[in-house]
Amino acid sequence: MEELLEILNDLHPDVDFETCDSLIDDKILDSFDIVTIIAEVNDRFDVTISAEKITPENFNSAEALYALIQELEDED
Amino acid sequence: MQTNILDYLNQTAALKPDKTAFADDRDALTFGQLQAQRGAVGTWLHQKGVYREPVVVYMNRHPKEVAAFYGVVTGGCFYVPVDEEMPKGRIQLILNTVGARVIICDAATKKTAEALDFQGDIVLYDEISRTPPDQEALQSIRDRAIDTDLVYIMFTSGSTGVPKGVAVCHRSLIDYIEQLSAVMEFNEETVFGNQTPLHFDASLKEVYPTLKFGATTYLIPKNLFMFPVKLVEFLNQKRVNTICWVVSALTMVSAFGAFKTAVPEYLRTIAFGGEVFPVKQYQKWKAALPEAKFVNLYGPTEGTGVCCYYQVDREFGPDEVIPIGHSFPNKEILLINDRNQRAAQGEVGEICIRGASLALGYYNNPEKTGEAFVQNPLNTAYPERIYRTGDLGRYNERGELQFVSRKDYQIKHMGHRIELGEIEANVNALEEVKTAGCIYDKARDKILLYYEGEMEEKLVAAALKDRLPRYMIPNHICRLERMPLTANGKVDRVTLKSNYQEGKEK
Repeated sequence: MEELLEILNDLHPDVDFETCDSLIDDKILDSFDIVTIIAEVNDRFDVTISAEKITPENFNSAEALYALIQELEDED
Repeated sequence: MQTNILDYLNQTAALKPDKTAFADDRDALTFGQLQAQRGAVGTWLHQKGVYREPVVVYMNRHPKEVAAFYGVVTGGCFYVPVDEEMPKGRIQLILNTVGARVIICDAATKKTAEALDFQGDIVLYDEISRTPPDQEALQSIRDRAIDTDLVYIMFTSGSTGVPKGVAVCHRSLIDYIEQLSAVMEFNEETVFGNQTPLHFDASLKEVYPTLKFGATTYLIPKNLFMFPVKLVEFLNQKRVNTICWVVSALTMVSAFGAFKTAVPEYLRTIAFGGEVFPVKQYQKWKAALPEAKFVNLYGPTEGTGVCCYYQVDREFGPDEVIPIGHSFPNKEILLINDRNQRAAQGEVGEICIRGASLALGYYNNPEKTGEAFVQNPLNTAYPERIYRTGDLGRYNERGELQFVSRKDYQIKHMGHRIELGEIEANVNALEEVKTAGCIYDKARDKILLYYEGEMEEKLVAAALKDRLPRYMIPNHICRLERMPLTANGKVDRVTLKSNYQEGKEK
């Protein structure tokens, strides 16, 4: 989780990712961010987030995104 | 001869009043409704005494925003589109530059508009679009219009920190739409899927051919460009057959492997521009849509829209670059070398444009206009303006034009044209910042900001969000103990860049 928060904080130092659960609904993240997050997650966690997993639900909070990463890590 | 861009709408509204012209995921406007609403807005402006002057349109991306543009032109004025997502500071700069007396808003933007330093009228589109039309007045406005009158002013990044307003007239726009439509083979069956916000010239490709042919444009909700499978589903649901997108939007779909789940089955024409389309991503699109036509488009806002195209007609290796090809008919590309002569075969030169589709210049900015719109150096016999793009190009052995690089500190980031100097100027304007320097990592498409000063990085990021559009916010912000400077005291971008490269290798 620490590492994921680091990726997110680097994008938006002014957002509290530990508590925010409306990253998509409140338009905090945009398409630039999604592209960056997916590339960074791919680099650092060695998991590939496939297109059908790129949904508003999975990116609405750091927690949801972390759950997705763990799910993908377990599949390997 | 057609002399007014909205004559397209007169013809189409008479033939197909009930066909959908523009729609998003919720609302739609037919050609008949567009025709009625533009008359209402034009009449309102006339009754206000607003004529032959800029009118700011500050609305959400919506079919009504397009109708507002046409309404402004119907009133004999020219529109200045300002985006809902632009930060307040930038909108203020635009207002100061154009000096408009009216801002047309929607319910969502009105509050922000009222907080601006603006003395004129702030009006709701939904109110003024109910004005009973005064046909006689509108006809008189139309009769007095000439094709060198302005249609719009669109703003683009300026290196001194102030955006530049590119002013375009009817003749240039008609020339552009005619040549583009012929080459792209748009027709009444065309269903566009618009991606670009309406304050960018890229959206002209949908906003005017839709009127010319009685085609239909869907304004694709912006958030779908985060979710590739949903995006493709939207295209299929609306039977979109033509898209003109920035490369980063296309790449988002292909790089994430969306085609394994869904393929845009109605797409026949895919035009791309804004930056170089990586061959690897192009190949994924081609594999998913082998029958489709792929066209690379190139051109700056100052040429009204794109000026060069290349329809992909052969295979490309992963290390090759898709060329920008040839100029559209009725304009010429001049490749001018640093001795102000035509570049020889294979020699690099600056891409310059001549022709009727050149913008008239930067609004209220004779200095910048004079720098970029200059006398054709190959012609000493009579006044002839060309536009110097600042892009360097070269002809390949097939005679196709190829983009090489920029002459200056302008970059293309996620399809947007950005002057690094504009970012620096905005950082330097922060009280607790001493100096700022921006560099661009092309390979990773990242903007990096370095600065010296008391301010915390977090606060710099937050402050920039009030001043710059989202796509100009640096991807990484780093405070330095001391800014490297060149011998004559300027920010040393070369050292910043080499420090950054070294840091990455460690």
